[in-house]
Amino acid sequence: MREGIRYREFKNLAFRILVILVVTISVAPLIAILVYIFKQGISVINWGFLVHLPKPVGETGGGILNAVIGSFLIIAVAALIAIPVGVTVGVYFSEQSKTGIFRTAHLAVDILQGIPSIVIGIIIYVWFVKPFGKFSALSGSIALALMMLPSIIKSTEETLKLVPLSLKEASLALGVPYYKTIISVIIPAGLSGILNGIILGIARVSGETAPLLFTAFGNPFVNFNILKPTASLPLIIFNYATSPYDEWHKLAWGASFILVVVILVLNILTKIAEKKWKVQF
Amino acid sequence: MAHVSSGTYLKKLHLKEFVFHKTLTLSALLIIVLLLGIFLTLLVSSFPSIKALGVKFIYNKVWDPVTDEYGALPFMTGTLMTSALAIVISTPFAIGIGLFLGEYYPRGWISGIIKNAIELLAGIPSVILGFWGMFTIVPIIRTIEMKLGVTPYGVGILTASIILSIMIIPFSASLIRLVISMVPLHLKEAAYSLGATRFEVIRYVIIPYVKSGLSAGILLALGRALGETMAVTMLIGNTQIIPKGLFSTGNTMASVIANEFTEATGNLYFSALIEIGLVLFVVTTIINMIGVRIIKRFES
Amino acid sequence: MESPILKTVDLNAYFGKTHVLKNVNLEVQKNSITAIMGPSGCGKSTFIRCVNRLHELTEHATSDGQISLNGEDIYKMSPTLLRRKVGMVFQRPNPFNTMSIYQNVIAGYTLNGNILSKTDKDQIVEESLKQAALWNEVKDNLHKKGTFLSGGQQQRLCIARSLAMKPALLLLDEPTSALDPISTSKIEELLLEFKSSYTILIVTHNMQQAGRVSDYTAFFYLGELTEWDKTTTIFTNPKHIQTQNYITGRFG
Repeated sequence: MREGIRYREFKNLAFRILVILVVTISVAPLIAILVYIFKQGISVINWGFLVHLPKPVGETGGGILNAVIGSFLIIAVAALIAIPVGVTVGVYFSEQSKTGIFRTAHLAVDILQGIPSIVIGIIIYVWFVKPFGKFSALSGSIALALMMLPSIIKSTEETLKLVPLSLKEASLALGVPYYKTIISVIIPAGLSGILNGIILGIARVSGETAPLLFTAFGNPFVNFNILKPTASLPLIIFNYATSPYDEWHKLAWGASFILVVVILVLNILTKIAEKKWKVQF
Repeated sequence: MAHVSSGTYLKKLHLKEFVFHKTLTLSALLIIVLLLGIFLTLLVSSFPSIKALGVKFIYNKVWDPVTDEYGALPFMTGTLMTSALAIVISTPFAIGIGLFLGEYYPRGWISGIIKNAIELLAGIPSVILGFWGMFTIVPIIRTIEMKLGVTPYGVGILTASIILSIMIIPFSASLIRLVISMVPLHLKEAAYSLGATRFEVIRYVIIPYVKSGLSAGILLALGRALGETMAVTMLIGNTQIIPKGLFSTGNTMASVIANEFTEATGNLYFSALIEIGLVLFVVTTIINMIGVRIIKRFES
Repeated sequence: MESPILKTVDLNAYFGKTHVLKNVNLEVQKNSITAIMGPSGCGKSTFIRCVNRLHELTEHATSDGQISLNGEDIYKMSPTLLRRKVGMVFQRPNPFNTMSIYQNVIAGYTLNGNILSKTDKDQIVEESLKQAALWNEVKDNLHKKGTFLSGGQQQRLCIARSLAMKPALLLLDEPTSALDPISTSKIEELLLEFKSSYTILIVTHNMQQAGRVSDYTAFFYLGELTEWDKTTTIFTNPKHIQTQNYITGRFG
């Protein structure tokens, strides 16, 4: 029996409404979360919050200075490790043809991207914490660097592949050696895309907790020594959220607010950078 | 002629080119060695546990550090239940978003807002989502449990699955949007010109075409869900028994590692936890590889 | 006759198994303009890309035979050094878009790590831009990026960039096929003007251009150099049937 046209049109409209409904419900948690974090966090944020250390249980006030500085330290060192390695591998991928090493390395990067962050934490613990007998910011940085690598490698590869061949040939035809062509012509031409990938990688790892659980471990005090255990924003959120103290919950909301704002700003930066620095070919 | 060409200049040039090429190749080898190192480390560190516990590790439901008896079944069950439930909950939403952005509103300001919202959702750290869940989802579940007469933990399999599904929606949605937008226009136009409604084009042309892409999206989301740690740890209740139902507490492979790793004194305890990490690594890698392969086949 | 700037002996080129240049024997005299002509796919671009050894950079591309520049075997020298002696201008203008006009002209020196004094650099830039008939149009904007230049101006910038290296031989691969008629004639004028200082090989599919500009014409057909002589002779009295057909427009 063929369906009548009106019934079919009704189904069409109903489905469209269903899809719109589904999307609205999906976006609802986002709004709910942001509103909640904002409400809870904004009451806690004040200058003292940022520059003080956490106080012992029972005392009011206190801040998250250790976590703010710690996060900054760990991520900066992680970037220092991941950027040179990531960009170099990305250059290799963009220039190479399908040799065996290329294929295997490409597969390795794909696998690396999918490894659960807690497993990365285990590995770095076995490699860098256990042998030396102590937690350290450096081991946390190495763990985060491993997690940043795939996104830096992939964005470098994709950006450089988009640089037109004519630029490379112009440089080579001038008698510029191959290595100089890549370093002084091709990479600068693709700089915006590479930087984009780096900022995205940083945004992604700044919220990671699991890899730091048994590497950087945490520290109630401010620490600039990368060989010592160090606090970080996600760690402090986790520890304070799972504690039974209301005061500490408040601190965790403040820290969550700051972390979300930082990640938001980084993401906006990539969007602006993409538009502004896009070199016309 | 523009330059002086001398023998030493050429030698230096060749050296620089050589170093450049070798550095590139070495960096690629580094990645390969890194990955092998990760796998081997997991394997070697699990040896004591593999040797002592053998295959029983997989089906033993007792996990007791005090008597040094370790069975991973409770955690594998926990992982399976939460991940499967999260996939079941999230997939309809992911498909809905994929259709919304890939078919109904591929351009325009609505598309921009929704796309950014989903990206933002993906960017919220797991630990913050777990934190939020503790104060919003848990009380709701607790009320439901009280009404049903079940022990009102608030935390448990269901709670963890709900947060997990929120976390993986952006992931599978973006992939599904991608494959839906790749459906060739001429196929859709053929159906329209035969008088099909939009819903019918979606149902009889688009969905069948992207079936493999959909399964890849689900698979990759599953891979993500299996490895999720923080939010799950905060919402699953952290008990070592096999969860009996939606409202039981439990643990996943990832969450038990997060909880107990720093307390693991004793070689066997430590090694058993790492063996769980090994299982996680192998399973997520296999699932991800299958998903990636499906996508590659779809693209060609 | 003086010894030629460029001489090829039995030059063959391949892409994988495809034989694209077959036993090419050609001589190019100093301070002359030689046009390389022929139907699409006959190997013209491949030929000049062999001369500056750009050909071998393509995957699976090989060649054999001899090419000598001023008597030196180019396969025995470092390709990097060879390319500093041979300039190339491409079909689509390709100035470095991350550099200013000034930096573009001097790029051959700076990218190679040559440290020149500012006066030297200024002199080279001015001289090259003048030779490329671009100086007056850009002299007040030297430090801006070249993106505001028209297609014809960008191509003259690329010519200036190549000339700055004072090459023994200048290769042009259909340099005006992407340009409008006015820019085209400006560039043709240029070539005639500085031919007394340089030696030029120009690939073109435009017969009128070859007629206007070149002293010698080499005609390629299906990878073979079928005919090569003074331009006037080729156009009035071609010896081979393919040449005649091409010139009379039977195929193109």
